[in-house]
Amino acid sequence: MSKEIERLSDPGLPDHVHRKADVDPRAAKKAERQVAILFSLSVIGTLLFVGSYLWIPATTFLFLPAMGSTNAQQLFLGLGLTLATLFIGLGAIHWAKTLMPDNEVIAERHEFRSEEKDRQDFVDTVKTQAAAAGLGRRPLIKRTLGIALGLVSASPLLLLRDLGPLPKKSLEQTSWEKGTRLVTDPGNLPIKASDLEVGAVAQVLPELKSNQERTLNNLAKDAVLLIRIRPEEFELSPERLSWTHEGIIAFSKICTHMGCAVALYEQQTKHLLCPCHQSKFDVPRAAKVIFGPAARPLPQLAITVDSDGYLIAQKPFSEPVGPSFWERSS
Amino acid sequence: MASAGTQKSANALARTTSVDEGRQIFLRGCSSCHGINAEGGDIAPSLIGVGAASVDFQVGTGRMPLADMSQQAARKRPLYNPEQVAALAAYVASLAPGPEIPNQVVASYERDGNTAQGGELFRTNCAMCHNFSGQGGALSQGKYAPSLMGSTPAQIYEAMITGPQSMPVFGDKVISPADKLSIIKWIKAAQNEPNLGGASLGRIGPVTEGLLVWTLGLGLLIGIAVWLATKAR
Repeated sequence: MSKEIERLSDPGLPDHVHRKADVDPRAAKKAERQVAILFSLSVIGTLLFVGSYLWIPATTFLFLPAMGSTNAQQLFLGLGLTLATLFIGLGAIHWAKTLMPDNEVIAERHEFRSEEKDRQDFVDTVKTQAAAAGLGRRPLIKRTLGIALGLVSASPLLLLRDLGPLPKKSLEQTSWEKGTRLVTDPGNLPIKASDLEVGAVAQVLPELKSNQERTLNNLAKDAVLLIRIRPEEFELSPERLSWTHEGIIAFSKICTHMGCAVALYEQQTKHLLCPCHQSKFDVPRAAKVIFGPAARPLPQLAITVDSDGYLIAQKPFSEPVGPSFWERSS
Repeated sequence: MASAGTQKSANALARTTSVDEGRQIFLRGCSSCHGINAEGGDIAPSLIGVGAASVDFQVGTGRMPLADMSQQAARKRPLYNPEQVAALAAYVASLAPGPEIPNQVVASYERDGNTAQGGELFRTNCAMCHNFSGQGGALSQGKYAPSLMGSTPAQIYEAMITGPQSMPVFGDKVISPADKLSIIKWIKAAQNEPNLGGASLGRIGPVTEGLLVWTLGLGLLIGIAVWLATKAR
C-alpha cells in the first residue's frame, strides 16, 4: 500500500527584486542624500569633540538629572567621539544597503581533497628523502638527536622554579605569639578590655617588635577582629571559653574559604558575613559556619590581659589561618 | 555671678519643660512598643540608657517610629520636627545617662578632621559594609548597610557611638573622637565628589558597569546586527 511520493521539484532561487533606488533615480538621489546626512552628522560629532576639548574648561560641572554633578568637558568629549564614529558606521551601512550592487553572486564550492596524483607525489617525496637521510641505518644519530630534542624541550621547566620562593611553613605561621599585644588598625594603639563596650568591634593587628615592619604578606595573615558580646551569650567549650576575656572574643579576619576579609558584623544577630561568597559565621558558637561555602570556622585567637590591663594573645593561632592549601595538616 | 546663676536656672527650667514635652510625645508615639516607662517590650528594646544620641539618630533620620515590622528600619522623612526630636531626646536622656548628641563635637570636623586619615580609617572599619565610597551594601536576609550619601556629620557620629540596628559600636577608645571627625570629613568629601567621567552608576564598582554593557550595550549591537541583515527595499 505504499503510495508513490511525488518528487518535489527544485524551487530555485526567488526572483531578484530590485530596490527602489535601483529603478527610480529619484529614490537613488534620496538615498544618496541620506548617506551624506549621516556622514555630515559624524563631522558634527568630531567638531563637538574638538570644540569641547578647546573651549570647555576642564573644571566646569553640569548638573544632569539621573547623572548628578558631571564634568562637562568629559561628557561632551565622549558624546562627540560617539557621534563621530557611530554615524560613519551608520552611513556606510546605509550606503551599502541602498546604493551598492545587490545582485546575488553564486560561488560554487570546490572539493577540499587534493587530487590523487598530488597526494601520491607527496608520500613518495617523504619516503625518498627519509631513505636518503638514512635515519634507519644510523641509530647513533637517531638516538642522540632524540635525547638532544627531549632535553631542550624539557629545560624551560627549570624556569618554573623562579616563580617564587617555596612557601615552606609561612602559610601556617602568623606574627601572633604568646604575649603579643593587640593594637588598633590603623593607629597601632594597645587596647584595654574596658575600651570595648558590649556590641563593639575593633580591627586589630599584632603589635610590632622594634625590628619588624608590616608587610602585605603579614597583614594578609595577621588581621584579627575583636568582638564584645555578653559573656552569658557564649556557647563555647570550656577550652574555647578560656580563650575569651570578659565577653571579648577574637577571630582571624581571613575567610577560611577564599581569604577575603570577614568583617561585616551584624550586631543584632551576632553573625559575621564574608562579602565575597556570603559565608556566615555565628560568633557566640566559635564562628561556626552557618551558611555558605566556607569549610571551617574562623580560627579563634586565645586572648587575655597583661599586668597593665592591655589585651594580649595567650599563644599563637592553634591552626593555620585563611583558606585551605595543599599541605594543610589540620 | 547673679546673671550666671539665673542663666543656669533658666537652662534647668528649659530642660524640665522639654523633658515633660518629650514624655508627652513619647507616651503618644512610642510607648505602645517601647513601654510606658521606656522599659521595652516584646517587640521593642528598652530605651533606658540609650542616651540622647540614639534618639536623635533614630528619630531624626525618620527610622523611628517604625513604618512596618520588616527586616530593617529604613531612612525616611522624619515624623517629628527638630524641636520635638530634641524634646524626645531630652526625655530619654533623663531616664539614665547615655551618649549625648554630639552637635558641638562635630561642629569642628572641617577644621580638626584629616581627610586622608579618615579614608584609611573608613576603609578598615566601615567600607566592608558601607562600600568603599559610602554607597551602602547588602547584609544577610534583607538587611543592608545604608548609603551614607545623605547623612549629616552629627548622624554619622551618633551611628558610630550608638551602633544602630545591625551596626556594631565603635567606641571612643577604638576610634578616638578625633579619628571620628576625620571619618566624617572623608564621608563629606565623598558626598561632594563630582562624577568626573560621566554617569557614576551608583559608584558601586564594575558589576553595574558590566551589567549595563551586557544588557544595553549588547542589546544595541543585536539591534544593529538585525538591521544589517535586513534587505533594503
